[in-house]
Amino acid sequence: MHDKTLTEIAADLTAGKYSSHELTEHLLKRIERLDPSLNSFISVTGDNARHSAQQADTARAAGTAGQLAGLPIALKDNICTQGTKTSCGSRMLDNFISPYDATIVQHLNAAGTVNLGKTNLDEFAMGSSSESSFYGPVKNPWDLTAVPGGSSGGSAAAVAAGLIPAALGSDTGGSIRQPAAFCGITGLKPTYGRVSRYGIIAYASSFDQVGPMARTAADCALLMNAIAGHDSRDSTSVTRQVPDYSAELDKPLRGLKIGLPKEYFGEGLSAEVESAVREAVRVYESLGASVIDVSLPHTHYAVPTYYVIASAEASANLSRYDGVRFGHRCQSPADLEDLYKRSRGEGFGSEVKRRILIGTHTLSEGFFDAYFTKAQRVRRLIQQDFIDAFKEVDVLMGPTSPTPAFDLGAHMDPVAMYLQDVYTIPCNLAGITAMSVPAGFDGERPIGLQLLGAHFSEAQLLNVAHQFQQATDWHLRRPAFAEETI
Amino acid sequence: MQWETVIGLEVHVQLATQSKIFSGSSTDFGAEPNSQASAVDLAMPGTLPVLNEQAVSMAVQFGLGINAEIPEVSVFDRKNYFYPDLPKGYQTSQMYYPIVGPGEVEISLDDGSTQRIRVHHAHLEEDAGKSLHEDYHGMTGIDLNRAGTPLLEIVSEPDMRNAKQAVAYLRAIHAIVTYLGISDGNMAEGSMRCDVNVSVRPKGQAEFGTRAEIKNVNSFRFVERAIAYEVERQIELIEDGGKVVQETRLYDPDADETRSMRTKEEANDYRYFPCPDLLPIVLDPTYVEQLRDALPELPAEKRARFESALGLSAYDAGVLSANRATADFFEEVMAICGDAKQAANWVQGELSGALNREGLSIENSPVSAQQLGGLLVRVIDDTINGKAAKQVFQAMWNGEGDSANNSADAIIDARGLKQVTDTGAIEAMIDQVISDSPAQVAQYRDAEPDKRGKMIGYFVGQTMKASRGTANPQQVNTLLKQKLDALC
Repeated sequence: MHDKTLTEIAADLTAGKYSSHELTEHLLKRIERLDPSLNSFISVTGDNARHSAQQADTARAAGTAGQLAGLPIALKDNICTQGTKTSCGSRMLDNFISPYDATIVQHLNAAGTVNLGKTNLDEFAMGSSSESSFYGPVKNPWDLTAVPGGSSGGSAAAVAAGLIPAALGSDTGGSIRQPAAFCGITGLKPTYGRVSRYGIIAYASSFDQVGPMARTAADCALLMNAIAGHDSRDSTSVTRQVPDYSAELDKPLRGLKIGLPKEYFGEGLSAEVESAVREAVRVYESLGASVIDVSLPHTHYAVPTYYVIASAEASANLSRYDGVRFGHRCQSPADLEDLYKRSRGEGFGSEVKRRILIGTHTLSEGFFDAYFTKAQRVRRLIQQDFIDAFKEVDVLMGPTSPTPAFDLGAHMDPVAMYLQDVYTIPCNLAGITAMSVPAGFDGERPIGLQLLGAHFSEAQLLNVAHQFQQATDWHLRRPAFAEETI
Repeated sequence: MQWETVIGLEVHVQLATQSKIFSGSSTDFGAEPNSQASAVDLAMPGTLPVLNEQAVSMAVQFGLGINAEIPEVSVFDRKNYFYPDLPKGYQTSQMYYPIVGPGEVEISLDDGSTQRIRVHHAHLEEDAGKSLHEDYHGMTGIDLNRAGTPLLEIVSEPDMRNAKQAVAYLRAIHAIVTYLGISDGNMAEGSMRCDVNVSVRPKGQAEFGTRAEIKNVNSFRFVERAIAYEVERQIELIEDGGKVVQETRLYDPDADETRSMRTKEEANDYRYFPCPDLLPIVLDPTYVEQLRDALPELPAEKRARFESALGLSAYDAGVLSANRATADFFEEVMAICGDAKQAANWVQGELSGALNREGLSIENSPVSAQQLGGLLVRVIDDTINGKAAKQVFQAMWNGEGDSANNSADAIIDARGLKQVTDTGAIEAMIDQVISDSPAQVAQYRDAEPDKRGKMIGYFVGQTMKASRGTANPQQVNTLLKQKLDALC
């Protein structure tokens, strides 16, 4: 059961091959047995899951179940779920029980999905390796000495290991796509504003977007149908109508125009990744697509621009963790200042502190114009690069990450780590949508192909990814770890 | 050395919206601590602000009310600082692109003259909560009911030169916001607070002196006194060879002095930047025009109309238009009795005297505008004389009669206050008074003719007394004079 896709499970449940209850028990057992080696879950919510599964089975028997009823999923632990711990991978929120459900959680609950738990992540979603969590690093099921990528590394590892067929991640600067690439699964970062951010613990508000991580593009479409849409509680969510993301998956790609940004094939790109991506492009050509080279001239500035703006927003977003109303509070504070300093000093890890400091510095009097204002201007140029490119082509393709998954502990230098996101970050600055789909291996470690689309072109991107998955089998490969019989 | 004072005001007005500026919580004053604080107000992780349209509408109405530029686009910024009653660790405000641009407020001074004070801009922001320092066993309690209440901060140019002007400006702002109904203007409950920027310079000098900012002054009287103290302090300091430092000061009404809170060097760097959770406010010109068309008559216009159309004096027009409740009351009384001068005299005289004695506001007047209007109808049509009118008013004040505008008639009937104009009846009373007062009559007769005018007062008083105040005083006067002179 555990190597099936959401789409297959939905069919099996309808056909009565097994119940959601049986599937849930099976997956809970797998998590219990296998996850100690992966550390992909922070919380497993077995009782809630069993209850939801039972309800879904009853609904199915009564003929009132929707398409998603009884489908097991997991949520990245920066998504608020009422009554359960939502830690953000931080000591700061180790004791935080959310008093409310995020809007997307309400949608998923209404659709009848079964939430098995909350997945591990880099602290406050800040990182590219899932090593900075208060709950310890996540391991890559393809190679337990490798990182799963980050920050949605727990979601990616759990899906790749067959602990859960799909999960939600969040992508602020590549945090869905890079772990999807490192773990050989499919991940979609929606257009900024497409999915409600209400109840997603903010890292950088003008970038954060939740999206699906699953084995296939078809499964991502299924989840997008449940989570996309306007939310009156999120002013940045858009009112634009939501299409049926599953409807156009089978559309042939004949005539599709693909652009290859030359900046995405430069220095630092591993030979294996480049050859896998070029091979994937040839598959598209064989499906009737045409390919041209394009340029996104400001790509080079994306990483520094992102770290200025995202850190600035983060520095303010994380001010609410002051030990006063919720979260970690230091023991016996001497006075108010001591309460602030020690609560925050003890509650946050070093990467979070680094970004708060960067952000605080770049917003300071005398530095604001040189850093923040300038970065905002560059951000607009980067956005314009994409707008210009999409006048010529339908989708852009390139590597998701310059290398496959690196070893645990390999990037102790933060700047080297930041540069891992050179191909994923421009998309977040522009607010466009992008995906990562499995496209090969370097030894045991998977390689991701990145697809980038214009604003609100998720349906087209999912179609382009799905057609690739009809012609290739990279997404069907399973790590040996997942095949351990239990 | 002659000194000149320069004053600028930042007035914080709490907008009278139903719910908070970025959440659905109620803004009612005085509820149990934290009973009006939602997940958004508590800044729970993952929560987001949603702008209250009513707050935008009220801010725009204010802008239109002071003939300000209304920019098409305004933007919310985050003002970062840590404080326990500031749940997010930043205040959402408008630093760079405020909702209201430059405008003007007309102030009226005691001598009846008016002056224009320029407003630099007005911006929307959220209020913080309150720290409660008592009753928590040495700890501080936090009440977040007020957190997120919408504020309009109105920033003047440094156009005022003395405390009287500053108070007049504050009164004018108070009048405008209460006329518009966008704030209850209740200073005691903190609905209007103000920061006062004060500096002094030698008369004739063009550049400003170094200013001190006096924070959170919450009454008209305290504004006047805080300025007076601060001006004196600064002049003394400079004359003694010292220098004014740029700093934030606090006015202590008990000690009647200002004290330093923090100097410029200690000031926070608020690290303002645009709030990514809120979209810029983009105002449709049609929307702004609709608000402009719906604006009520504002104090300055009303004052001008009271003078020109109703013929009131500049002083009367100023007093009666100073706040909306008084103006509405006056206009209602006038509409009923049809006589602006009578209405003005009574509202400012008898009514306002009685209200002051009891410490009541005109909204809580025991005598309604309908009642007073009805009373004045009977004064004007000579049913009762002025003296009786005062009795009727007092009876109304004490709750006699019903609240309708014919309650005056009921009281007049019940007390028999109807004016006696029957010459025969008045003559009878006069004859009785004359025959009862032989000594006074003798004195009158013996007096020089030019002294007799004064002496007649006694006989008028006796006759009025005999009529229980109902005789027409003019008739009594005329008839008495005839009868007494006939005796001489």
